[in-house]
Amino acid sequence: MLHFPIYLDYNATTPCDPQVVEAMLPYFTTQFGNAASRQHALGWQAEEAVDYARKQVAALIGADVTEIVFTSGATESNNLALKGLAEMYAAKGNHIITCVTEHKAVLDACKHLEKQGVLVTYLPVDREGFISLEQLEAAITPQTILIAIMYANNETGVIQPVEEIGRIAKQHGVIFFSDATQAVGKIPVNVLADGIDLMSFSAHKLYGPKGVGALYIRRKNPRVRITAQIDGGGHERGARSGTLNVPGIVGLGKAAELCRLHLQAEGGRLSQLRDQLEQGLLLLEGVQVNGGADNRLPHVSNLAFPNVDGNALMLGFNKNIAVATGSACTSASMEPSFVLKALGLPDDLARSSLRFSLGRFTTVAEIEYTIQRVSETVRSLRALDPFSAS
Amino acid sequence: MKLLSILNDDQETRYFYDEFANHNGWVFRSKYFGNLRPMSHNTRIYFDNAATTALDPIVLEAMMPYLTEKFGNPSSIYSYGRETRLAIETARKSVAKILNAHPAEIFFTSGGTESSNTAINAAVHDLGCRHIITSPIEHHATLHTVENLYHRGEAALSYVKLLPNGHVDLEDLEQLLAAHEEKTLVTLMHANNEIGNILDIHAVGNICKKYGAIFHSDTVQTVGHFPFDLRNTPVHFITGAGHKFHGPKGVGIMYINENVKIKPHIHGGSQERNMRAGTENLYGIVGFAKALELATTNYEHDSAYIKGLKLYMMEQLQKTIKGAAFNGDILGKSLYTVLSVSFPKTEKSEMILFNLDINNICASGGSACTSGADQGSHVIRAINNNPNQITVRFSFSKHNTKEEIDQVIAKLKEII
Repeated sequence: MLHFPIYLDYNATTPCDPQVVEAMLPYFTTQFGNAASRQHALGWQAEEAVDYARKQVAALIGADVTEIVFTSGATESNNLALKGLAEMYAAKGNHIITCVTEHKAVLDACKHLEKQGVLVTYLPVDREGFISLEQLEAAITPQTILIAIMYANNETGVIQPVEEIGRIAKQHGVIFFSDATQAVGKIPVNVLADGIDLMSFSAHKLYGPKGVGALYIRRKNPRVRITAQIDGGGHERGARSGTLNVPGIVGLGKAAELCRLHLQAEGGRLSQLRDQLEQGLLLLEGVQVNGGADNRLPHVSNLAFPNVDGNALMLGFNKNIAVATGSACTSASMEPSFVLKALGLPDDLARSSLRFSLGRFTTVAEIEYTIQRVSETVRSLRALDPFSAS
Repeated sequence: MKLLSILNDDQETRYFYDEFANHNGWVFRSKYFGNLRPMSHNTRIYFDNAATTALDPIVLEAMMPYLTEKFGNPSSIYSYGRETRLAIETARKSVAKILNAHPAEIFFTSGGTESSNTAINAAVHDLGCRHIITSPIEHHATLHTVENLYHRGEAALSYVKLLPNGHVDLEDLEQLLAAHEEKTLVTLMHANNEIGNILDIHAVGNICKKYGAIFHSDTVQTVGHFPFDLRNTPVHFITGAGHKFHGPKGVGIMYINENVKIKPHIHGGSQERNMRAGTENLYGIVGFAKALELATTNYEHDSAYIKGLKLYMMEQLQKTIKGAAFNGDILGKSLYTVLSVSFPKTEKSEMILFNLDINNICASGGSACTSGADQGSHVIRAINNNPNQITVRFSFSKHNTKEEIDQVIAKLKEII
């Protein structure tokens, strides 16, 4: 039996896995101590729980426990990585290379740094959404301190050539930061194999709670140092002060562990469902996949429906299917997606695009219903439009 | 505690627990957990409520829908997002009403530390303050932030003098303001987390007004413990943390008076009206508002009850422990939740916190945020630099009882 609305916007946020909520509950109730209370058992229990979560998170990305800093979410992690690094390495240089399709958390932090005198190069992307490695290498100057390229795009799911970027960064002695919010827990991410020095992600994109995230900070080859952006009691080895969100951190830990255990199977199941959805909708005339189809997250499909207004399309079925025209963080804006425009889509096609993102609780029946419902809506909208080609 | 059932047949998420920790002697019917009963065999005594407090079961109940079925990103425009956006704005209105502020003046953050960092940095970067006045007994979230600004050459820094009882010397504050031409930020905490002294926030605000200074007050120990009337309080910024008044960790507020305009500390999204980017801590925000509602509803009763506990403990200590002394303006302008006690230093008393812990009694040597460090409390050093004393902070909540105090006193007699 279907439950409406069908949720196909897992890139915006995910429901907590019931096992995650279960893991968090004791830290809401009986074990409520402050993890910084070193003088009694309640504090130690909280600290132990945080340490255990740190292990679970580190294991998911191939890091050491001492390399994980807990934050309030990926946006804070992105801010901490960019501003904290620019501040710490100001004596070495003042140039950052990023790309035009980054999440706003990265772009806005870069804009803020530009006002403070940091130079930022925004690499373009090709029609498939990839940066050019040649352009990346050519952009590096002796002043370059950081390459900030996201692991996988939130709108198209396109996965950047992270390993190659890591290699180039290393060759030039530049630090490599990746916003991996959409990738961690969905595809194998290993900071060592990928050559990543700083990496941000959040719990609520991988079936954990909102309000908690992490920043990976490499400690060896090279040892990366950042300046804290929130000062106080010196929590998280001085990198991020503030009473630790113990239940949230426990939830992130459990969510990371579940992802690590089920990543392969879940990725396989979701890519099959995604392909089924895509094949079904591609039968409609003119529909095209936005972004490189071969190097994408397994659960994401961004589709352009020519000759249909994306908002009208959504209005046609939004009581029954929850999808997005782009990033949730910019969904109130009427502008066409800047990510799709960067891929070279004209405004009207960008406005006619929808992002479908599947997840752990998506079923075959939901996909079958979605194909049918979206197809009907597209056909009926096109029938109403006298200028429509079909 | 045991989870009895997670998912029922029609995919609705429900949780049922057979038991639940709560010291109050009542039964609470939870949709998620069944009947919540007080734990009868809890032998631990928690006297460290200034560090953090136990979450109220009613707050957890209010949060549960937002940890389970109502999970939408509040920025999403379909129904999942609209219902969670509504929850956040309802929470904001409730918080604003209780504090007598405009909803537009309330911003949700990850906690008190982030709020204080944002306010202090903004005062310098966006409001043109080139001089900061603070006190030596502020929380480290304030002290380390102003020290950083000072070391970077962004602002001059003055420490206001303290009176012998630990209160801020308001005459000295006025002299410091009069002596400095530059625009000044005054950052003074409302209630001290270690000794409990309460600042006359109106008096300080009026002095700041006279000199055109920006006033930030760290109110983490008082929001949820005292009534606020922000529309009639001369302050530009205050801060709050949910976990200090039986709400959740990881969420706080910053009040920004409508007359000041600042830029965000965390960039990258239009959340909190462009003031604080990042997907909102939905369940936390709902929990914060619920905890503040409960604290406000029960303020008269709870504050009188907790004050009674503090006074009783003082009496008993004076009666039974020779040489026990109290720090701060303990019977005057002071938090009803905090009792800072100094014991004469002996081989036995040096082990006091260790021995209290062995006996299942949670207390603290000072702020939790610095309790790992061995250099002792900067607050105690500033007001009472007696090396022959050992200081312990006992801090109480509505869950504590006189019987617990009797037990602690009995143990103290043994271990001192």
